[in-house]
Amino acid sequence: MKIAIASGKGGTGKTTLATNLAAYLSDDRDVILADLDVEEPNSGLFIKGEKLLEETKYKMIPGWVERDCTFCGICQEVCNFNAILNLGTQILIYPELCHSCYACSELCPAEALPMKKQRMGILSHYKKDRINFVESHLDIGQEQAVPLIEQTLKYIEAINKGNSIVILDSPPGTSCPVIEATKDADRVILITEPTPFGLHDLKLAVETMKILEKEFVVVINRFGTGNSDVEEYCHENMIRIIAFIPDNRQVAEFYSRGELVYDKMNDFREAIIHIKDYLLEN
Amino acid sequence: MKEIVVISGKGGTGKTSLASSLAILSGEESIIADCDVDAADMHLLLSPDFGHRENFFSGKQAVIDGEICTSCGLCMEKCRFDAIETNVSGYFVKPIDCEGCGYCARICPVEAINMKDQLAGEFYVSTTRINNTLVHARLAPGAENSGKLVAKVKNEARNLAEKANKKYVIADGSPGIGCPVISSLSGADFVVMVTEPSLSGLHDLKRVYELVRKFDIKASCIINKYDINPEITERIMEFIKYESVIHLCNIPYSNEFTEAMTNGLTILENGNKEMEEMIIDAWEKIKKSVNEKYEEI
Repeated sequence: MKIAIASGKGGTGKTTLATNLAAYLSDDRDVILADLDVEEPNSGLFIKGEKLLEETKYKMIPGWVERDCTFCGICQEVCNFNAILNLGTQILIYPELCHSCYACSELCPAEALPMKKQRMGILSHYKKDRINFVESHLDIGQEQAVPLIEQTLKYIEAINKGNSIVILDSPPGTSCPVIEATKDADRVILITEPTPFGLHDLKLAVETMKILEKEFVVVINRFGTGNSDVEEYCHENMIRIIAFIPDNRQVAEFYSRGELVYDKMNDFREAIIHIKDYLLEN
Repeated sequence: MKEIVVISGKGGTGKTSLASSLAILSGEESIIADCDVDAADMHLLLSPDFGHRENFFSGKQAVIDGEICTSCGLCMEKCRFDAIETNVSGYFVKPIDCEGCGYCARICPVEAINMKDQLAGEFYVSTTRINNTLVHARLAPGAENSGKLVAKVKNEARNLAEKANKKYVIADGSPGIGCPVISSLSGADFVVMVTEPSLSGLHDLKRVYELVRKFDIKASCIINKYDINPEITERIMEFIKYESVIHLCNIPYSNEFTEAMTNGLTILENGNKEMEEMIIDAWEKIKKSVNEKYEEI
């Protein structure tokens, strides 16, 4: 089973939930935890294990072969992303704008734009007890997170022997990186906080999940602060809330030190148990 | 006119609350831009009137005309995004997966595929409750955040600021280090990085600062919740000192961020004198620094 943990708003506790849930579930089963927030991955600060592998990840971009080029300009014409410019004496390629669609390369009559590898980041795989932890770091200056998320998911697919629970720590927001991270999940847990920002961004996340036709539930973090608008919104819209994590400065303190919380605070562990119960429902 | 961008790398550090506070302090001297179009929240604190509203189109999406399609399957074979599928009723495009590259439409032998403009969101120019102008937007759920909508928000804010002879544009940036942030930072004069003393906060601060450095923008830093981990606060202080980042202030852990937000106010207006003075002082430092000539270090 693949579970994505997502939220519209940043800083609502995705990583805290993903890492604690993974650690708790791994007491009696195999877990794969993947940090798909490749722009700012943090799960690795909490799950420290033995590094099994580190590999550079690439995306494919066209490479210009000057001697074959006739400067016909078809490449520039077919690129919908303005990633290729025909100067008449030179072809300029903007790798950060390229979506790797291959149109320019395959439609070039002179075969002067063969695709080549371009580095975009690093994937690492760690093992700690029954947790396989995979994270990817997007290189600074790279603009597109989606291709790296996609390759990280492929890697997980390859190491998953079928009986592991897969937990995906998603990027924040509601745009393309979140879609990529959640679109193949069996279930999505949206974590939010009971504040106006939390509610506003939860609504956006809910709309996104509806477009994706995903089964989703809500966890309210920092419960006890703010107001009851998030709860009311969920009730009115028949959205199931599976757990409440109490507001507690101590959680922030444990988090700040890169420590797990479920084994130190009872009410936090109870929330994690509720979530496990939900995951084990059919 | 100077452009000041507030960013954070990590979410939930108080970026929007602080950016909105600066927006209030700058009053009529500035135009405000909410560049966090993926989860735009400034309007919840500044009560804008959504006075001007327009649709924002960006990117394309392939649509197959079943009447013309001969089911040759070439489009499906060529699509690198696995966005074309087939079932009993023929070939169709999965909108979620289509990147809008248009390759399929170009090579379709019977021209059965059209590229349609995508509605990617809404764009607004508003007057806020304190009578300054807020340029903001809302990205449609699931739309591609290519940075184009961010660029539109920023450009509009810049134009309005220049026309009205304003001193500042104050922008709330996006989280992360990808295209929306790159768009938020391009052309900025000064950046305020809001962080918190956690291992994640420090990690994300270092990554986002590396990006800021590529742009060669003067940088400053606010440490929020500084008292949750004094040791990491110390490490952040050392890091920013080493990098010659201007330190603006250390704000204690406080429920007032939530309280103020629940009341639709910025943290500046919640009645805590100490907090208020700290933010006013930070704003004075920003103004002083942004108006100084850039000195090579």
